[in-house]
Amino acid sequence: MQLIKNQQLVNDQWLRLSDDDALVTGNIIVSLNRWQQDKSELVKRDGAVGVKLAPADDVASIANDLAHWQLVELYFPDFADGRLFSTAWLLRERYGFKGEIRATGQFMPDQAFYLARVGVDAFQPANSAVLSGTLACLADFSVNYQVSVN
Amino acid sequence: MYQYNEIDQTLVDERVAQFRRQTQQYLKGELNDDQFRALRLRNGLYIQTHAPMLRIAVPYGLLSTQQLRKIAHIARHYDKNYCHFTTRQNIQFNWPKLEQVPDILAELATVQMHAIQTSGNCMRNTTTDHLAGVCVDEIEDPRPYCELIRQWTTLHPEFDYLPRKFKIAVSGARHDRAATQFHDIGVHLVENDVGEIGFKILVGGGLGRTPIIGQVIKPYLEKKHLLSYLEAILRIYNLYGRRDNKYKARIKILVKEAGLAKFTDKVESEWLQIRDRLELSEQRIAELKKHFTAPAYDSDAEADTSLAQALSENKAFALWYKQNTVAHKIPGYRAVFLSLKAKDVAPGDMTDQQLDEVADLADNYSFGEVRTTHRQNLVFADVKQADLYSLWQQLAALELATPNIGTVTDMICCPGLDFCSLANAGSIGIAKEINQALDDMDYIHDIGDVKINMSGCMNGCAHQSVGHIGILGVDKKGTEWYQITLGGSSENEAAIGERLGPSVAKHEVTQTILAILEVYVQLRQEDESFLQMVNRVGIEPFKEKVYAAH
Repeated sequence: MQLIKNQQLVNDQWLRLSDDDALVTGNIIVSLNRWQQDKSELVKRDGAVGVKLAPADDVASIANDLAHWQLVELYFPDFADGRLFSTAWLLRERYGFKGEIRATGQFMPDQAFYLARVGVDAFQPANSAVLSGTLACLADFSVNYQVSVN
Repeated sequence: MYQYNEIDQTLVDERVAQFRRQTQQYLKGELNDDQFRALRLRNGLYIQTHAPMLRIAVPYGLLSTQQLRKIAHIARHYDKNYCHFTTRQNIQFNWPKLEQVPDILAELATVQMHAIQTSGNCMRNTTTDHLAGVCVDEIEDPRPYCELIRQWTTLHPEFDYLPRKFKIAVSGARHDRAATQFHDIGVHLVENDVGEIGFKILVGGGLGRTPIIGQVIKPYLEKKHLLSYLEAILRIYNLYGRRDNKYKARIKILVKEAGLAKFTDKVESEWLQIRDRLELSEQRIAELKKHFTAPAYDSDAEADTSLAQALSENKAFALWYKQNTVAHKIPGYRAVFLSLKAKDVAPGDMTDQQLDEVADLADNYSFGEVRTTHRQNLVFADVKQADLYSLWQQLAALELATPNIGTVTDMICCPGLDFCSLANAGSIGIAKEINQALDDMDYIHDIGDVKINMSGCMNGCAHQSVGHIGILGVDKKGTEWYQITLGGSSENEAAIGERLGPSVAKHEVTQTILAILEVYVQLRQEDESFLQMVNRVGIEPFKEKVYAAH
């Protein structure tokens, strides 16, 4: 499966693990629940860890875990829920997260420009047919008024 | 007024290109209705009862004559030869064609205008005092800060998908003419104990279904912290505002449910973490102030004697002068209201021809600028007293000189059931009926300052809950009924009107209003305004009179 990373189409190097799947080596993305339950095993394991966050998840409460994560997935159940824009900003600006921040789910291609500005650097829309459209939207504006992450 | 630089122009041009693409994608079926809805709303485009409605931003109510002529051109070529001025100082077109909207936006961009964020769950157009910069009770001109907020709110990447719409108003005067106590954020320029000027910040005010008066969250904020404080409030709202119920999603509900103290704690602790990073430099403020310098006033304006003569000789002119002009900080000048509340006209509507003629008049008499007011009239802010008589004659010929500013026929009125898909009841027809019933100007002036606000539904676009008399259209089993409230105000003594009693039928509205005014005339004390009288006697005497016949 493809995604946009740093403004280019690339193949996904990460495996998604559901909460019932056995742990494997390599780059895996798990739910926040799973992370909280299996933290010690996940840290000991050979490979990078990514954690999937939903709009209601509070960044402050996971701030101390960020050092163990190489990726944060921001899952949009609905494009209208704008909390994840603040989540991304907090991850980058307040907690200095340097890993990948990947938007997934139902965000619109037309929101990609804003997402990139608040620190999202990877885009994997639920509908892969809009990938190239999403890439194009990253160039919607050449100017802006506010200070943000980018 | 503010002139775009290259960045501003590029931004609106790129926004037009973006919306053109989005419209094409929608027409080709590549964007679904929900997606396109969110995108078109952020460009001011609603789908209404008869046709789309396009709401154009008039940042803090300021228009150049070039912009006014462009609006006339759009009314002529893309609409039915008229436009509508709204209670948020914006302009609406009721009949554009969906596929032509990108062209309209491109035309607007050529005169530094746009429709960005005039609807949708995002930060809306910032509004202010229509007498900013010229009124006699001003602490400091709010417009440079309005422009600063305009830029900060425009395409803000973090706060464009909020729980609900978000409105900011700024006032720089001692008398609040911008209804700042009824905005999500109200910003007041204030002076502190040592004579420095900063901001008082209010939060959580609002009208609509649950009218609430805003509360002070920061009694005094240094100017350099304005944007960081706004950012802190918006971040807390974006993260914690309710998204489960759109009727409980405004910031006023968050403030109410959390309590002001707890909400303030959250905002302050957020602000402490960002304020040093987002300081405004004095240079930045100074640069913005350069866009709002005083025009070249005539220092001899006060020497004129023709005004005194015209006032003594012409009763109609004297009446208009008293009712439709106000004091100006420069001797020999007045600010002039153009009444958009002539009889037989939908409140706030103007034709393309009037727009063009008004542009010419503003060029001749008011330094080429026009302002819109939240009571849906226009203002020429800088008219020399020697020009007033001539201006009055020309405005009268355009039917823009009805001497009713601030009176009972200067009603605020939403488009209602005639145009709006949200409305439960008509409003324009009732406004016309009331206007026709009150055709005795002497009576109107005797009654004096009465603000009637009428909305066709609970959303309250016409701010009925803060009208001295509020009229709210409701639907009762498919027929139109109207709830009446008394004693509301959006000014310094902010108050939410009290319900008079059961709603009245459509054909009874006008007689109900007349009965209310009759009670006032009977029971008022000397020099007591309608609002003062309602506050003194309460609603009982009105209730008795109105419902006695039932």
